[in-house]
Amino acid sequence: MSSATLAFDRVAKEFPGVKALDDVSFAVNAGSIHALMGENGAGKSTLLKILSGAYTPTGGSLVIGGQPCVFHDTADALAAGVAVIYQELHLVPEMSVAENLFLGHLPQRLGIVDRRALAAAARKQLELIGEAIDPWTKLGRLPLAQRQMVEIAKALTRGARIIAFDEPTSSLSDREVRRLFTIIRDLRARGCTVLYVSHRMEEIFELCDRITILRDGRHVETSELANLTRDAVVQRMVGRKLADIYNYTPRPGAGGGLAVEGLAGPGLAEPCSFAAEAGEIFGFFGLVGAGRSELMRLIYGAAAKTAGRVTVAGREVAVASPRDAIQSGIVLCPEDRKKEGIVPVRSVLENTNLSARRRKARGGMLIDETWEQANARERVDQLRVRTPSLQQLIRNLSGGNQQKVILGRWLSETVKVILLDEPTRGIDVGAKSEIYTIMQNLAKSGVCVIVVSSELPEVLGVSDRIAVMRQGKIAAIVNRADATEEQLLKLALPLETARAS
Amino acid sequence: MATTDTSPVSAAPPRPSAASRFFDKAGMLLVLAILFIGCAVGVDNFFSWVNMKGLALAVSMTGMVSCTMLFCLAAGDFDLSIGSVVACAGVLTAVVINHTGSITLGVLAGLGSGALVGALNGYVVARLRINALITTLATMQIVRGFGFIVSDGKAVGIGREAFFTLGNSSLLGIPTPIWITVACFAVFGFILNRTVFGRDTLAVGGNSEAAHLAGIAVDRIKIVIFTAQGVMAAFAGIVLASRFTSGQPNTNQGFELEVISACVLGGVSLTGGIGSMAFVIAGVLIMGIVQNAMNLLNVPTFYQYVARGVILLAAVLFDRWKRRKQ
Repeated sequence: MSSATLAFDRVAKEFPGVKALDDVSFAVNAGSIHALMGENGAGKSTLLKILSGAYTPTGGSLVIGGQPCVFHDTADALAAGVAVIYQELHLVPEMSVAENLFLGHLPQRLGIVDRRALAAAARKQLELIGEAIDPWTKLGRLPLAQRQMVEIAKALTRGARIIAFDEPTSSLSDREVRRLFTIIRDLRARGCTVLYVSHRMEEIFELCDRITILRDGRHVETSELANLTRDAVVQRMVGRKLADIYNYTPRPGAGGGLAVEGLAGPGLAEPCSFAAEAGEIFGFFGLVGAGRSELMRLIYGAAAKTAGRVTVAGREVAVASPRDAIQSGIVLCPEDRKKEGIVPVRSVLENTNLSARRRKARGGMLIDETWEQANARERVDQLRVRTPSLQQLIRNLSGGNQQKVILGRWLSETVKVILLDEPTRGIDVGAKSEIYTIMQNLAKSGVCVIVVSSELPEVLGVSDRIAVMRQGKIAAIVNRADATEEQLLKLALPLETARAS
Repeated sequence: MATTDTSPVSAAPPRPSAASRFFDKAGMLLVLAILFIGCAVGVDNFFSWVNMKGLALAVSMTGMVSCTMLFCLAAGDFDLSIGSVVACAGVLTAVVINHTGSITLGVLAGLGSGALVGALNGYVVARLRINALITTLATMQIVRGFGFIVSDGKAVGIGREAFFTLGNSSLLGIPTPIWITVACFAVFGFILNRTVFGRDTLAVGGNSEAAHLAGIAVDRIKIVIFTAQGVMAAFAGIVLASRFTSGQPNTNQGFELEVISACVLGGVSLTGGIGSMAFVIAGVLIMGIVQNAMNLLNVPTFYQYVARGVILLAAVLFDRWKRRKQ
């Protein structure tokens, strides 16, 4: 089955300001299950998107069966026998299982769907993966695990010989995971090449033959899994020197700050408690989906809490909405800057003054133009926002400068606690360093700074203390001096035993 | 608050040229000016005092209601119920005046009905999170129905002559409805540009999630806007009833689309966040001038529909082209 051999040859993918993949080369043997691991942001998703044709590499190429090829869209990839099965499935819930299986190439006669042929073909495909589902069942009625099976069957109907899985077990029960593994092993037995992306170390060691580890968009190692220990893999995922861009300086904590007691609500598995001092930078690390953003939104009043108390500087605050939070001195820079942070079609000036102008308005209603100009000018200068004018639309600025405008929005208020959710995501290194400096200075001036980050070096580089979240709860709180990348990552990885069905 | 000291990194994006910025800001005003001059030169009787007055009177209704529609669109919603509210409020005012003999009560009833419909629209859209298209499509039909029920499907003549002064009097030789429209332009333009409410409205339309997270009371703003929209439409309906000396349940079908067309023609974004009173005035006047000139040139009505549609399509295509060029 040499035709299914897959190799990446010096693959590179550059986005404006960010090198997501840099010169990545490795080979995947035919008829093997190949693990792909790396931290968040290491380049796994980018690699999968290149494999699926969603991205075109800016350098290098894929080699399939000895032939170099570059996919320009997902149809190219399908034609070459490549299928990528994502966490969020690409199926139509309102349509039947059969129709989903043959979406885009339904058997037809003169444009009319041949339902008999469709049912027969669908039944055959479902048998192949050992699923006894009525092909006319509406897909939306199936449990998630079975939908995933349908997705796999769909890939096989397309004649896929190379199948990549992106975190396939994250929403499956233990028993369903067993089923999935049986099917994946079966695929291997039939000579398919499987690329398996997961954060779950035990799954990797149980299922896979070989492993490739990525870090910062670079290839670190490809080897037989038998040659590696779990600790060795973690160490290779994180092993790097901390660059000196964090500008960390020790500061004395000043007491007060933010205290959260028994806060519960959507996205949290159990009530969360922690206390961060004024003048402290308190990090939150965890994998995507561990409940960090949800916790921040609860503190900020953007989601409704079901229980718990929040105190700022020793006084309990009643926060039922972001407006209440701002009045209590709590502010949030949201995770998704474009969707939740900026108002893209409005100017830098308006985005800066979006919140504080309410307090500054004359009679509570009339805009104070003089203050608006002066404040926006002051923030732009203070934070070195690079913009041709205050009237420039914010969507024309780079990500880093947009983030600085949002920070400026909050510096216009009296801030006691600032919640920064992934403050440097998608921002180039230079701007990152500037934002770290701003954070340090905020802490120095007595603000309690809470930083959520998926990047280990970042959270280690900036924080005085770090809370690690795992599966909707705070797993541990670690002091800066005691924290190592290995330890934090181990704390953040899901416990296999916690996933009993 | 904190002071920061950071090092410079990359250069700022280039500043758009002065010409393109002027074009962006004044694009439609330029078109308006050219159109006006063209008609004044090319169409007989266009640039006469009588015709100018007629033109202004013809667009006064659209103009008034466009002011609140601007807020609605700027906040990212729109309102299809206004045509029905115009008719229903006129009819209700006429009926109440005839029954009670009180003009004040009649006008209050009309305005109250508009406020009620608007508040309902706002509540359903903002709090219950139902799409504005569906919500106002429903109230459009409900309110039209009420207008017919109250009037029994017939025009309701009004018995008190004092009521007719609202629509038929003049001040300094200019009809009162025109003064009212000009006042609306000024007041709502001021609210949009110079008040926190106006700026917040644009932020809500530009990105309601970001606005919410910045502490803006998004739901309240939407409810206020829809309520104001209802009141304004009702007021326009009352002025119209005064001009007609009767409440007409059939009137102003399709008015909502005329108003939205005028706003969009001027450059107000249908997706929210972009809009100014200058855009709206330009849009309203362009629509009015085209209509007026076609009447003067005796273009048959059927062709006028075609022409208006073509102009609207051309305007949005022009807008798209302008944006892509930036």
